[in-house]
Amino acid sequence: MLSRIAESLFWIGRYVERADGTARILDVHLERLNHLPMEEQRSVAQELLAVMGARAQNEDFGLPELLNALAYDKQSATSIAGSLGAARENARRARETVSSGLWESLNTTYYGLNQHRKDVVGTYRFCNWVLERTAMVSGLADTTVSHDESWQFLVLGRSLERADMTARMLSTRDVLSAGMSWVNMLRCAGAYESFLRTRRAAFGDQHAAEFLLLDRLFPRSIVYALRDADECLAKLDPSAQRVGFINDARRIVGQARTFLEFHRTDDLMSELPEHMERVQKAVSQASDAISRKYFNQADELAWVGEVS
Amino acid sequence: MSDLFQDYSEAAGRTGAYDEMFAPGQQARKSYGQVAVALRELSLADVSARADSMARTFLDRGVTFDFAGEERPFPLDIVPRVIPADEWSVLERGVAQRVRALEAFLNDVYDKMTVVSDGVIPRQLVTTSAHFHRQVHGFEPAGGVRVHISGIDVVRDAAGTFRVLEDNVRVPSGVSYVLENRRAMAKGLPEAFGQQLIRPVEEYPRRLLSALRKTAPSGVDDPTVVVLTPGVFNSAYFEHTLLAGLMGVELVEGRDLICRGNRVYMRTTAGEQRVDVIYKRIDDEFLDPLQFRADSMLGCPGLVNAARAGGVTIANAVGNGVADDKLVYSYVPDLIRYYLSEEPLIANVDTFRLEEKEAREHVLDRLDELVVKPVDGSGGKGLVIGPDASRDELDALRKRIIADPRGWIAQPVLQLSTVPTLSGDKFGPRHVDLRPFAVNDGEDVWVLPGGLTRVALKEGSLIVNSSQGGGSKDTWVLADSPQVPVEVIPRPSIAIRERVSVWPVESSWRDSQKEQQQQQISDAQEVPANA
Repeated sequence: MLSRIAESLFWIGRYVERADGTARILDVHLERLNHLPMEEQRSVAQELLAVMGARAQNEDFGLPELLNALAYDKQSATSIAGSLGAARENARRARETVSSGLWESLNTTYYGLNQHRKDVVGTYRFCNWVLERTAMVSGLADTTVSHDESWQFLVLGRSLERADMTARMLSTRDVLSAGMSWVNMLRCAGAYESFLRTRRAAFGDQHAAEFLLLDRLFPRSIVYALRDADECLAKLDPSAQRVGFINDARRIVGQARTFLEFHRTDDLMSELPEHMERVQKAVSQASDAISRKYFNQADELAWVGEVS
Repeated sequence: MSDLFQDYSEAAGRTGAYDEMFAPGQQARKSYGQVAVALRELSLADVSARADSMARTFLDRGVTFDFAGEERPFPLDIVPRVIPADEWSVLERGVAQRVRALEAFLNDVYDKMTVVSDGVIPRQLVTTSAHFHRQVHGFEPAGGVRVHISGIDVVRDAAGTFRVLEDNVRVPSGVSYVLENRRAMAKGLPEAFGQQLIRPVEEYPRRLLSALRKTAPSGVDDPTVVVLTPGVFNSAYFEHTLLAGLMGVELVEGRDLICRGNRVYMRTTAGEQRVDVIYKRIDDEFLDPLQFRADSMLGCPGLVNAARAGGVTIANAVGNGVADDKLVYSYVPDLIRYYLSEEPLIANVDTFRLEEKEAREHVLDRLDELVVKPVDGSGGKGLVIGPDASRDELDALRKRIIADPRGWIAQPVLQLSTVPTLSGDKFGPRHVDLRPFAVNDGEDVWVLPGGLTRVALKEGSLIVNSSQGGGSKDTWVLADSPQVPVEVIPRPSIAIRERVSVWPVESSWRDSQKEQQQQQISDAQEVPANA
């Protein structure tokens, strides 16, 4: 398939997952933010924005600005509207390759972005709607696109972004430690019921963090997402060598995953920020490595003269 | 007839045009019988609900054209344009005839120019055409076809005669709307489909792909076809994606291609892959910076050389623009007689060649009665309709004609035929044209039944271009005899396998007993407080 199309698919996967993750995080934190006194609300809003990877433009940045920055700002790639717009734009560029079901669900989502009230109550509904739409998009991607190379790129983007979003989700706990219960954190990831069923009575920070970080069976945990990414990379480039990896992306993703999986610790909570930093860095490096290997051939071969 | 057609006959009378649906006296023509019955059943609320839902579907599916950087849905009207079988058979043969003549003309023009030496058209006319490209002179393109895809615009004049308005043999667009309109209409006006045989359009992509593959360079066993698009901001980008998608081929941009050793490759995730046939949807000027505009970012350097060396087929061939120059258009009937020894089946619109002195003087005297068009324009750009133009516009036009008589032609104002079109709360007559599409695979010219009917949505307007407020209609060609397959294949009867369901299971005695017991318990617990 064309490199340009592969790149579009990779980014469709990433952007849709980003919108999904952002909606989950926003939904959970809104409730708490709303209860805080004005002053504190501001500082927390700014820190939350920082965790999501953007910087506040001025001192006055408060709750309404946060809503705009994370939900409705179409210009920013951090916001839900921006991500979904970008996903749709990428699908438009790869339209002859993606299934019409996938394209139409992204396109309809894009046109639905404006039909919501942009206050706090409206944003709850908006977040729910986004979760529904992204679930629909992923469902259609899984059932209407053949699981060939193009789908692998889509899932690769999705898995990497998922690891990144879960890491950010866990990082928000530091920002909002006061009163931010693990119950909410687990709900945010949609992991609450699974957690209860597997850990039963063992309840507490340590266990919840462990679950979201290391669980091998829960799809939104970081280890699971990284393993998905690893599998995609292996299917995209099945050449097996006896020693080492020449594929940078595989090395980076594999290292990040095994570091988590085989790490032994007595105090996960104190190491958490460090882990989160490591995961986010690995995701961005892996993304660069994938671009270099699969998408950027145009840079190397800009001009070839006629030889004969 | 319902009140949606209340003032129709008066309005139709005012235009003085041929109406496709009604004969004088508001009698529906025979071909429109089914449509008239279907529309009679509908109220205004029905019609507008259907129109809304069709527009919504188009937006969701992304059936849009780009206008000034904005994606707009292409308006589709609910009343189809119906062409009876006998009229279509003339049109079909006429279009194919024209395509064959233009093909022969192009082969000749880029070769020995016998058409000039035999005195059919003046040499100067060919050499002064802005789209006569010397870069492609003197070679036969790989596959031997130049006009793979063409769109011949025809209109019906006040007397009801079809005439060719212009030829498009460079990059004719609009076929995607033909395909999408039919899908939308099947849901929007299902009542009209049942009783009559409408010839299908969905085979177009298959025909196109097979024609493109057939014209691949010789020696290629399994040719790779791509569609070359200028990119996502092009007004016809939707069409490019649709055609590439329906043909199942890659949609490439110039930067995805690379030429080496007179062969063309595309950059894929598995390295470079050879490309054999390019369905070119960009203008010649932007195709190859080595030959044409050096500042083009859309093309790929080396394509023309690769085509010259026979390493790649470009469809449509580079340099076709000389054949749809509007001055050459005025000679097409002569070209048909010259190359094919046939009489033209569809007439031209009378055209004044402004280079000829008497014609020019005649035209300059009557500018306010004529339509004046630039010879190499498309999309209705630069066209001036005399009766609608202001004094100043006409004076400016006069100066430009005198300065560059080669650049313009003049034609009488044609009252294009009308079809009822929803506008506000009733149907009104609106002017339409028709663009049938033809696919040439080198052996045979196939004409898509129907084509794109464009409609001017403003009352009285004669400009149907989408960029200037035009919409479209689904175009139905009726089949005169049912095309039944000769052999009836016996259909196996369907065995009904009844579904086995597990839950909830009313028949299970355990469940029902449990339920009863549960209810008894809850009844017993609800003891009235004062009992």
